[in-house]
Amino acid sequence: MSDKSLNNDIITYATRLGDDAVVLGHRVSEWVSYGPFLEEDIALGNVALDLIGRARMFYTYAAELEDKGRTEDDFAFMRTEREYQNHLINELPRGNFANTIIRQLMVDVFNQHYLEQLRHSKDETLAAIAEKGIKETRYHLRRSRHWTLRLGDGTEESHQKIQQALEDVWGFTHELFEQDELELRLAEQGIAVKAADLKDQWLKDVTAILEEATLKLPQEEWAVRGGREGYHTEYLGQMLAMMQSVHRAYPGCQW
Amino acid sequence: MILENLELFEVFVRSKRGLDHKHVGSLHAEDHEQALEYARDVYTRRSEGVSLWVVKSRDICASQEDDSDCFFDPSDDKPYRHATYYPLPKEVGNM
Repeated sequence: MSDKSLNNDIITYATRLGDDAVVLGHRVSEWVSYGPFLEEDIALGNVALDLIGRARMFYTYAAELEDKGRTEDDFAFMRTEREYQNHLINELPRGNFANTIIRQLMVDVFNQHYLEQLRHSKDETLAAIAEKGIKETRYHLRRSRHWTLRLGDGTEESHQKIQQALEDVWGFTHELFEQDELELRLAEQGIAVKAADLKDQWLKDVTAILEEATLKLPQEEWAVRGGREGYHTEYLGQMLAMMQSVHRAYPGCQW
Repeated sequence: MILENLELFEVFVRSKRGLDHKHVGSLHAEDHEQALEYARDVYTRRSEGVSLWVVKSRDICASQEDDSDCFFDPSDDKPYRHATYYPLPKEVGNM
């Protein structure tokens, strides 16, 4: 494989990881000023900032490799829905608090194992970003685990709402472990993480937390996929329209 | 989430190893564990600390304004309780 095509593969991979982070970061940021109470509002804002910071690092790296004068902002604000290649679970609306928490739990457990592997990537920059990210993710997981226990093993209403949120998100988790040729090529070279290898441990961890929270693991067999190919739910377009509107109206604007 | 269900906690942050924990403010949380997490999120966002304590506000027994006279005033006229009250022998030099 030529250096150029390897370079292109890494650009795409870094961009995808940036997409995952910025889309989820934006969704979590939508809670700011709507949090259930002040302390939780600030905590959610912190999580959002961690994720957006992570996206900046991935995008900046992709821009460097590409070397065409684009910046992190071009990646975040000047690409269309079809160009975004995030996992669909990240773009689902924030929903109610239970939806937000259970989605976060699924992603945090995944990220914990994913970043743990990415730390050992042969690509030093990706490894360094993972090294920083894993610490943040451990804290995110601590929060989402505690909230899952609180809501699952809380009142009848909170239990019912988070169980429903779990049913609603479950079909979006499978995609996390599926990879296309490009990612498998990179995984073979020790650059990307082989996500399929993480599934057993992910399921074990998630099952243990759900059991402790008195929640039932969904049994339904449905799966939605397509994010890595640029096929999205109806929600991403609306989200991007909101997220990108200022930058597109005032290109290059800073404050 | 009803705010009335939450407890008030006082937060103490140690800014560096070797220093004391200092009171920095308060917050609402359901229990100690959650209070620690919120303390981290609310009071240490800009690298303010290396260690956190949280204490339920109602567990703190505080002196009352009314007690000030008998608690604190009597020490105002006892200068001999301060080291500076005592002249040092020349041989000791500066302490």
